[in-house]
Amino acid sequence: MADERLSENLERITREATLTRGLGRSYGDASLPHASGARIANSVLANRLISFNLETGALRAEAGLSLQSLKEIFLPRGWFTPVTPGTQFVTLGGMVASDVHGKNQHVEGDFGHHVRWIRLRLGSGEIVECSETVEPELFFATIGGMGLTGHILEVEIQMQRVESPWIWQRRERIHDVAITLRRLREAGEQWPFTVAWLDLLADGRDFGRGALMCGRWATRAEATKPLSLQVKRRAVPVDVPGIVLNRRAMRLFNAVQFKWSQRDSEGLEHPETFFYPLDKLLDWNRMYGKWGFIQHQAVIPCDDSIEPALQYFDLIRTLEVPVYLCVLKDCAHEGRGTISFPLQGYTFALDLPFRPDATQRAVDRLNEFVIENGGRIYLTKDGHTRAEHLRAMDPRLDGFNELRRRWDPEGRIRSALSVRLLGDTP
Amino acid sequence: MRAAVLGASQGMGRAVARRLAQRGDQVFVLGIEPEQLEKSAKDLEVISGQPVGWVECDLLRPETFGPALDRAEEALGGLDTVVITAAIFASQERLEEDTELLRNMLLANFTNTVLLCEEVRRRLLARGGGTLCVFSSVAGDRGRKPVVLYGATKGGLSKYLEGLDHRFRSQGLVTICVKPGFVKTGMTAGLKPPPFAGEPEDVARRVVRAIDRGKPLIYVPPPWRFVMMIIRCLPRFVMRRIKF
Repeated sequence: MADERLSENLERITREATLTRGLGRSYGDASLPHASGARIANSVLANRLISFNLETGALRAEAGLSLQSLKEIFLPRGWFTPVTPGTQFVTLGGMVASDVHGKNQHVEGDFGHHVRWIRLRLGSGEIVECSETVEPELFFATIGGMGLTGHILEVEIQMQRVESPWIWQRRERIHDVAITLRRLREAGEQWPFTVAWLDLLADGRDFGRGALMCGRWATRAEATKPLSLQVKRRAVPVDVPGIVLNRRAMRLFNAVQFKWSQRDSEGLEHPETFFYPLDKLLDWNRMYGKWGFIQHQAVIPCDDSIEPALQYFDLIRTLEVPVYLCVLKDCAHEGRGTISFPLQGYTFALDLPFRPDATQRAVDRLNEFVIENGGRIYLTKDGHTRAEHLRAMDPRLDGFNELRRRWDPEGRIRSALSVRLLGDTP
Repeated sequence: MRAAVLGASQGMGRAVARRLAQRGDQVFVLGIEPEQLEKSAKDLEVISGQPVGWVECDLLRPETFGPALDRAEEALGGLDTVVITAAIFASQERLEEDTELLRNMLLANFTNTVLLCEEVRRRLLARGGGTLCVFSSVAGDRGRKPVVLYGATKGGLSKYLEGLDHRFRSQGLVTICVKPGFVKTGMTAGLKPPPFAGEPEDVARRVVRAIDRGKPLIYVPPPWRFVMMIIRCLPRFVMRRIKF
């Protein structure tokens, strides 16, 4: 058990803390304390808006502001964040620390590309402000820095005007992995939001069948209905027994999904359904049973050829644990953060059930491929990568650690992730 | 609606104030810790797009009540709704050990809250009515081991609010008693959330709806109504045994 403090007064509770966490939606150990009993701060009550400039769209707020609140306050007024991850149950501070990306990475880059200013408490206890021009090294190390450069207290971001709160969506059903990869790139030239979902449990010819979703903000003329943001959410009340979650059941589930995504369609879609399909089912992770699942997300650099991506699919096919779900995105911009995740290429987010040893071996094999192909993994989703593997794939780590020491000579700020991967003392 | 919210810089009070501001009601912030009050007022200003005032009002200092309500009335140009969420909470163990804390808790949660409500009642009745919405607690529904002292203040407060509603509704004063079960706020930080634990935003939505409809009593989250119904029916020999 950690000693977790929760208060509106984030400045006060971060004074003694070794880490600040938000809504805890990172899949791995990024938001967990470095040791049992360590004092950590939770930012979610510190969620006040500080200022909003109606002309420029600059929004300043406390780090605990959730994307859900932000959406409810600003979307009806025609403003939204330029980048949103796949869940709205994240905080502003978390989005900075993870340098999150969304379906429009190929257009807008990461969240970090739209951050203008950060106020944080350093490991030394001092409170500093940073931006592109003031303390730029601290600023860029904090973007995507997994909360390890200091406690993020306040953030200013650049908001984007949207013509309507609705999304104009197009869905295509695709039967083949290579076509999906190509179509994803092509679609990205016309559509700001693109993502593909693939069924990797199906056999033979059906392997890699899936759906490509493209979207853009609907124009005022298209958005004919008023939008209600009051969404009915259901919760999964108990852990689904493990026996239900076998390969066959998931295969059936995917097949039904695929059949449901019938034919190609185009039309108006609720932003909630488009951006956050899983948020309607609270505690959906319980569907994966008591043992749960892990996610592995990697970016595989692909310039013009899709060959490395195809090889990655071949590797996934031979893993000893089944991949229940694969979400594919197109990345075009390298992140601005010192250790940001994105690179130009395809990103693969895989859901794997957790099985002792077997899952670790699967992650190792995936990571070995990522190293060979010059890719990277997304630390926010990671809980199983070995320190030596991360070191091999990311030469930026030593520089990052050096920067951290500069602002935190005693090495106070730590997390379970930094102990596992960055050599911090537990 | 022109509402003053005591406790608007924290937890459920802040969520209620936000909800009101978001739909265009005028809000005035009351509470303790000027720095936090100012930040919360600023937040409400950004949300509502109109200026939001604040002033200190401390349940432990009844002399602040009158001037604080004057300031709220002045800033809002009249007052038709007062929401009180402020209170002191501490675990039964701490209250048993710390007499000073116990005295403050008893004073703030019952005596001074009633004094403040009386002040509000006079003002609202003088202008022909209005709404007084006060946060009590499910802890007041039955004498229970973990909330003997805290529950006693809330039990008294609930009875007072019930009587107030019976006596003055015909004259236009609507009294609303909110009984939160476990809600995840700074007040309950460090406690393990039981089943049916609520979020402040959800509580705020239901409370604002109850204010709109003039419902005299609500439990939030709603399942607590049934939980407490059962607890109220349990015989004493069971209550002596269970930890709840």
